[in-house]
Amino acid sequence: MDFILQNADTFIWIAVAFGFLMAFGVGANDVANAMGTSVGAKALTLKQAIFVAAIFEFAGAYLAGGQVTQTIRKGIIDSAYFEGTPELLIFGMMAALLAAGVWLVLASKFGWPVSTTHSIIGAIVGFAAVGVSVDAVSWGKVGSIVGSWVITPFIAGAIAFLIVMSVQKLILNRSNPFAMAKRYVPFYMFLTGFVMALVTIMKGLKHIFQDHDINLSMTETYLIAIAFGALIAIIGAVIISRIKVEEEADKDYHFYSVEKVFTILMIVTACGMAFAHGSNDVANAIGPLAAIVSVIQNGGDIGAKAVVDPRILLVGAIGIVIGLIVLGSRVMATIGQKITHLTPSRGFAAELAAASTVIIASGAGLPISTTQTLVGAVLGVGMARGIAALNLGVVRNILVSWVVTLPAGAILSVIFFFIFKALFSF
Amino acid sequence: MANSILDLFASSPIRPMQDHMAKVHECASELKNFFKATIEGDWEKADELKTHIRELENEADDLKHDLRMHLPKGLFLPVARTDLLALLSKQDKIANIARDISGLVYGRKMQFPAGVNEDLMGLIQRSIDASAQAFKAINELDELLATGFRGREASLVEEMIDQLDMIENDTDDLQRELLFKIFEQENELPPVQVMFMYKVVQQIGDLADSAQSVGSRLEMMIAR
Repeated sequence: MDFILQNADTFIWIAVAFGFLMAFGVGANDVANAMGTSVGAKALTLKQAIFVAAIFEFAGAYLAGGQVTQTIRKGIIDSAYFEGTPELLIFGMMAALLAAGVWLVLASKFGWPVSTTHSIIGAIVGFAAVGVSVDAVSWGKVGSIVGSWVITPFIAGAIAFLIVMSVQKLILNRSNPFAMAKRYVPFYMFLTGFVMALVTIMKGLKHIFQDHDINLSMTETYLIAIAFGALIAIIGAVIISRIKVEEEADKDYHFYSVEKVFTILMIVTACGMAFAHGSNDVANAIGPLAAIVSVIQNGGDIGAKAVVDPRILLVGAIGIVIGLIVLGSRVMATIGQKITHLTPSRGFAAELAAASTVIIASGAGLPISTTQTLVGAVLGVGMARGIAALNLGVVRNILVSWVVTLPAGAILSVIFFFIFKALFSF
Repeated sequence: MANSILDLFASSPIRPMQDHMAKVHECASELKNFFKATIEGDWEKADELKTHIRELENEADDLKHDLRMHLPKGLFLPVARTDLLALLSKQDKIANIARDISGLVYGRKMQFPAGVNEDLMGLIQRSIDASAQAFKAINELDELLATGFRGREASLVEEMIDQLDMIENDTDDLQRELLFKIFEQENELPPVQVMFMYKVVQQIGDLADSAQSVGSRLEMMIAR
């Protein structure tokens, strides 16, 4: 450990570089999943999507990303086990970052749909269980994380199903769907803003409030979240009120004007989706980084209580944004042709359901897969007979990638772990 | 690059269904001009129109094959895949019948007795009306998708299908009258030609029947 502490800056900078690269990869790969439905439904142009994603991914990562980062940093491994040998934790987390990064690059070369979350969790569990000891893993926490991977797509699917049903009941199946859309769509906007604000205040801003001695009661928290939701709804309602019926286009497709109202809603839910993605997935990149930095800064004391350094969240947030601007745009460009017949009234339902599920999971500190949650939500819309055609083969692919990614991340991480240990232990 | 969420969306069969029906209806509609030409004895023009009908039928066939290829078994659709394929077959049959009618009439250079021409054109027009009505109902498929095949939109389409049934009933009546008129003068006409006249009239009726079964198939989709 002395060797590491003597070269603390070097180690921290290496870890920052690894973390930044991971965040870059998350931004480049996953942003298409988060924003794809919006571009596919033509609610946003490619440029607008990148712009929205950049702002809200950053906000999500910075404001609400702390909780999941905390879990990845300390929740998966049993820190008591590393008490005497903090350097093992540092090597391990560096190995996990490198392993997940290498695996993601390999997987995308071969065209496999893998989840960043699964890669990093597999890698951390791998180095801890094989490299150190089976007891070094908090299996209970790992169990609940894996459980959440199964449950969240179902929850998102159920929410999406209910949203689509409510849209059909309240708006599309009425005699004047356009007027009904104008009346009810702001309510969905409210929901999006409410969930975003609630989790941000309750979880993300907790430490900032503590620093400034601000104590919000439960009621105050909810009131602020409601106020924020209402603000979004009012702004949305004003924009919606300017939309005019286009009779010519309505003749061809009766819901043309109605869908234009939903397009505005979809811009709001796209923001929510980007926010959710940032809040959950930034942790994959910087959770291990946070662990390394915290151990080194505390002179090897693992147990030290400390919230995630906001500067670390910043590294992740910037990494995601640069990744999505540099490489993400190329991925997104292919979306337009791929998604056909996903109307804004459907796309928004999938996004709202997935975003709320992910944001709530972020608040609970559960690292889940944004993409798989969204897949669950889209299937939920399909169950409500809302989407023309879905490939069920994708679900099979996801299951396969599950089976492959966890051990792959683990094996790579064990290899890197022993290399680091051999290189730096003397 | 693999992207699971994008791969989730398969190409929608709705628009291609509507395109196919549009082609089929265009094909059936040409029968009107074709019969006009035969009545006027303008066989050159009839030949042109017959060829055109055949081309349209081929194009409809291509659309049909394309659509079938895009409906593999692993798809998750809002309606049963078998229903969709059955509907497609029914649509396609309209074009097939139109092609058969024009082929038969042109091949035998058939001329109906002058007294029945008006009734003949009336029957053809009404059969084309049936096809038009089926086309109109199929055009509601995307709206049906938007409303989850339920509620107001579903009742709207059901009304259209009721109208389609009424049109088909009309063609039955017209067909009966026309057959009777031919029957009245069948002794004065060459027997073989009369036989084929009955056959053509029968086929024109079948065209409306096929349009009606497009409606029935659509109704079954909504009903579940």
